[in-house]
Amino acid sequence: MGAEFVPLSLPPLLIGVFAAIACALPGNFLLLRRQALIGDAISHVVLPGIVAAFLITGVVATGPMMLGAAVAAVLAVGLIEAIRRLGRIEPGAAMGLVFTAMFAGGVLLLEQSDTSSVHLDVEHALYGNLESLIWLDGEGWHSLLEWSAVREMPEELWRILGALLGVSGFVWLLWRPLKISTFDAGFAQSVGVPTTFVGLALVVVSAVAAVAAFDAVGSIIVIAMFICPPAAARLMTNRLEVQIAWSAVFATLSAVLGYVLAGYGPLWIGAGHAVSAAGMIATVSGVILALAACFGPCRTRSGAPAV
Amino acid sequence: MTLALATDHGAVVQTLNDSPLAVRGMTVSYGEKPAVFSVDMTVRQGAMTAIIGPNGAGKSTLLKAALGVVTPLAGQATVFGKPLARERHRIAYVPQRASVDWDFPTRVIDVVLMGLYRELGLLRRVRARHMDKAMDCLDRVGMRDFADRQIGQLSGGQQQRVFLARALAQSADLYLLDEPFAGVDAATEKAIIDVLKALKDAGKTVVAVHHDLATVADYFDDVFLINTRKVAEGSVDTTFTAENLNIAYGGRLAGAQLEAAAG
Repeated sequence: MGAEFVPLSLPPLLIGVFAAIACALPGNFLLLRRQALIGDAISHVVLPGIVAAFLITGVVATGPMMLGAAVAAVLAVGLIEAIRRLGRIEPGAAMGLVFTAMFAGGVLLLEQSDTSSVHLDVEHALYGNLESLIWLDGEGWHSLLEWSAVREMPEELWRILGALLGVSGFVWLLWRPLKISTFDAGFAQSVGVPTTFVGLALVVVSAVAAVAAFDAVGSIIVIAMFICPPAAARLMTNRLEVQIAWSAVFATLSAVLGYVLAGYGPLWIGAGHAVSAAGMIATVSGVILALAACFGPCRTRSGAPAV
Repeated sequence: MTLALATDHGAVVQTLNDSPLAVRGMTVSYGEKPAVFSVDMTVRQGAMTAIIGPNGAGKSTLLKAALGVVTPLAGQATVFGKPLARERHRIAYVPQRASVDWDFPTRVIDVVLMGLYRELGLLRRVRARHMDKAMDCLDRVGMRDFADRQIGQLSGGQQQRVFLARALAQSADLYLLDEPFAGVDAATEKAIIDVLKALKDAGKTVVAVHHDLATVADYFDDVFLINTRKVAEGSVDTTFTAENLNIAYGGRLAGAQLEAAAG
């Protein structure tokens, strides 16, 4: 392992892994609640939030933009709930309605505000800038023990670590209400679980994870990690506890393998340039899902005829 | 309020205050038309009550509204004379089997342990005595050997028994069941009714949404007939009559069914 690993590759790897797990954890519950598209929805609706934040503050700064994104995400979640309840339609339709409308609004805002000159471009939104998140003060593994050096790690790393800790704490604390209300909402209410609150908290936490990850790694990873690792994990086990563990393993595997393949894969096959790490991470997670769908031990749905 | 209620036997057996479940003016609507309209119901302590009526008559909705699972437009329910929120621990609710996704990744024993939620709270560890209690409940419905099975691998009847075991784990005084006999095999029906009768013998109160008019008289003490509005309530002997059934089902029952039911 070369000396450049710690400054150049360690931060993006860590950020990729943290972002993948932070999205995969709530993704497990969203998947079982048939709300997996919410990751897709959130990563689309943050666009108008970011543009609005830029229009209001006039600067390209992370703070206001994250805030704008978070506000847009929460607003979208509220709108989806309102449309679902008032219109009595299925969640998928409500999500599709809200996120396409808000994304379109964001594109219009973007055009009108002429922000194309200030690096608010589509490529950034899709792929993030994982490869550019380097740690110049990291001169080797020993730097990890020096506070002055550690402090200079990319700030995206701290944000996504914070989001991951928040998501993990949420799942740990509300494990039983989440599990009971996801399995049997009627029973959950009868024993006093505040199911509406639990459901809203889950999407808000997902939104926070998505926004924190979006900033660092782009929307492609966010969308993929909400769905692929949990879906692959479901095919590996019939126990929720084990499914959560598998989803974290698959998320980590996707991030590490994807980053390495993006950086070195093209060289191995003789192609010239490295490819986008975000794109490769999402691709690897899709390949893992495909493998689990073909070879996972728990693929048969109950009621489906065993083949 | 200490309104005394006379039963159909003419004896004053209880007051509204301590009825296990008293519903007043319950009105629920899912759209323009009410599903349940201004329904009063008073469940007799220690009895087994069947809620019967045609499809779409609001039987399940009445149960859900009484439990706060759906929000009523108007009306209220009291449990043992107190507001629902204070007496939740005394209720066990068994939803319709078809209302959940049985592909959910969990084992039989985990479902039964959900019945201990109020005891376990958010973070308390599941200890040996909790496991013993859950296994004991599985035993009572004849499902002990299935504890480690994934719930999707069970037959419909076995799934219904697991739901009943979860309710038993709640150690409640009032059991509300939504169509516990729907789509189950004969052995399961027998197992369930034996458990419910044992509950009744232990002084518990059982209310079940029921479909099969032929078994009402065998299984239940009281009936509550509903078709959006309340049609009648009282003991099987006096209330489960062809006349009341005709009103509840709007004359849609064949004569043979009426005879079998009320004959």
